[in-house]
Amino acid sequence: MENITIGGRLEAKNLTKTYHLDSGDREVLRGLNLTLEPDTLTALMGPTGCGKSVLINLLAGYEPLTNGEICLDGQPIHGPDKDRLVVFQETALFPWLTTYENVAYGPKIRGELKGADLTNSVMELLRHVGLDSFRDKYPAQLSGGMQRRAELARAMINQPKVTLLDEPFRGLDAMTRDLMRDHYLTLFEKRRGTHLFVTAEIDEGLLLADQLVIVTNRPARVKKILPVNLPRPRSEEIRSTPEYLTLKAEALELSHEEAMKSFKAGSLSSADFVGAYAALN
Amino acid sequence: MLAFYAKKLVKALASRSLRRGLFSIAMFLILWELSSRLGVPIVGAIPAPSDVFARLITELTNPYYWRSWGTSLTRIMTGFIIAQILGAPLGLFLGVSRKAKAIIFPLIEIMRPVPPLAWVPVSVIFWPSAEMSMIFVTFLGAFFTVVLNIVEGVSAIDERYLRAAASLGSSPRDIFWRVMLPASLPSALVGMTVGMGITWCVVVAAEMIATNTGLGYLTWRGYVAGEFPLIVVGMLSIGLAGYLSSALIRRIGLHFTPWLAVR
Repeated sequence: MENITIGGRLEAKNLTKTYHLDSGDREVLRGLNLTLEPDTLTALMGPTGCGKSVLINLLAGYEPLTNGEICLDGQPIHGPDKDRLVVFQETALFPWLTTYENVAYGPKIRGELKGADLTNSVMELLRHVGLDSFRDKYPAQLSGGMQRRAELARAMINQPKVTLLDEPFRGLDAMTRDLMRDHYLTLFEKRRGTHLFVTAEIDEGLLLADQLVIVTNRPARVKKILPVNLPRPRSEEIRSTPEYLTLKAEALELSHEEAMKSFKAGSLSSADFVGAYAALN
Repeated sequence: MLAFYAKKLVKALASRSLRRGLFSIAMFLILWELSSRLGVPIVGAIPAPSDVFARLITELTNPYYWRSWGTSLTRIMTGFIIAQILGAPLGLFLGVSRKAKAIIFPLIEIMRPVPPLAWVPVSVIFWPSAEMSMIFVTFLGAFFTVVLNIVEGVSAIDERYLRAAASLGSSPRDIFWRVMLPASLPSALVGMTVGMGITWCVVVAAEMIATNTGLGYLTWRGYVAGEFPLIVVGMLSIGLAGYLSSALIRRIGLHFTPWLAVR
């Protein structure tokens, strides 16, 4: 199996999503435009509850659009497909399959790989994420960090053109989270592919991304796209460079503006952010 | 194999909690024996454990006793298996199809609160033989529990599993067999275990009312004939049979859900 994934170009044009609820219409996205260039990593940030997960669902094809268009390499998308794979919040590994069976699931049911080819591909990838000795364990027997790595492997084996990661390291303790981020960064820099990484942490976003997209409070639009032109391969050290600090200050300022709006709209978690920001300055 | 179990037994006997358990059982038997021998009011009317034990020994060589086991087990298994064969697909269907659930579920909800035993007179009239009515009532005992637990299991499937499966290229058939079925299996097994318990309650009562065979009737006959030790032998047999059936279900269940055993 080749180690390089060919990334696709994903374009979201004028995305609008409105839910028709009994309590009235709820507009989650309004005219959101976003382009993911091939083989780049885009980090996406926005206030809690702004519709980031809904955006992921639309890009993955899980929910219909109210308006707008999503194109992969110029072709409009229809429904879920292995070209656009999601790495979910917490973990969505199948609990009834072992680590090996989870990773093998995609190529196996599509009938793309069989017998020794399948075994070799899966085992190579498991070695890659350091889980080869856990091949026969069930997800419940893995630690939180191992589960995330297994889930990354389950997506990567399909060589998706676009990988959509919805706060994949949420719920991990701080140290595991840092380790996972570094591990993921190395994987991305080695294998490439087009990635969209939703996060709530500025540092996580800046350290990983080629561009940082900040979206507005609901209904979500793109507020600002910050190009992150820091050299790769990256490591923790770039966090002390002046370029990084300038970007961080700008991202923090923009996030604060949106959090303020979300706070006024009554979001409790935004209240935390606004409080912390005030204490910082 | 035998050496393994012998070692296990020795180890278990060495544990303090087991010794305490055995102590309380021994005390219970001694008090029971004494109260029976001394003719303590009310509890003294129950036959002494020594009499029960003697009766049990004679029953063990009595073909009638074993036929009662066989009859009850046959009724249980027939009713239970039919409940699985009809209930499992219905539960899955109701879990998958929202429309079917909206149409059929209210009907089930109306029928379910009626205790299976309340069906005995109707089913005796309805079915041509007592045996069939017995099996029908047993079937009812397990059926609703099985259906409801599977419906619950299917509707509680985490949406992310279905979405992940769809993204990875699963056909609707794959999603049914590889996601919905294993995901709802733990809940279905709970339904089966509970259903098996209900089934024994039902069959014993039904045998006392509507027939003259089986462990329920054996117990009842002890009462009618004034052979009180036989009543207790029947009670113990039914308890043991229920325990063994539930243990069997659990064992089979564990075999099909290895991922639940590892936590």
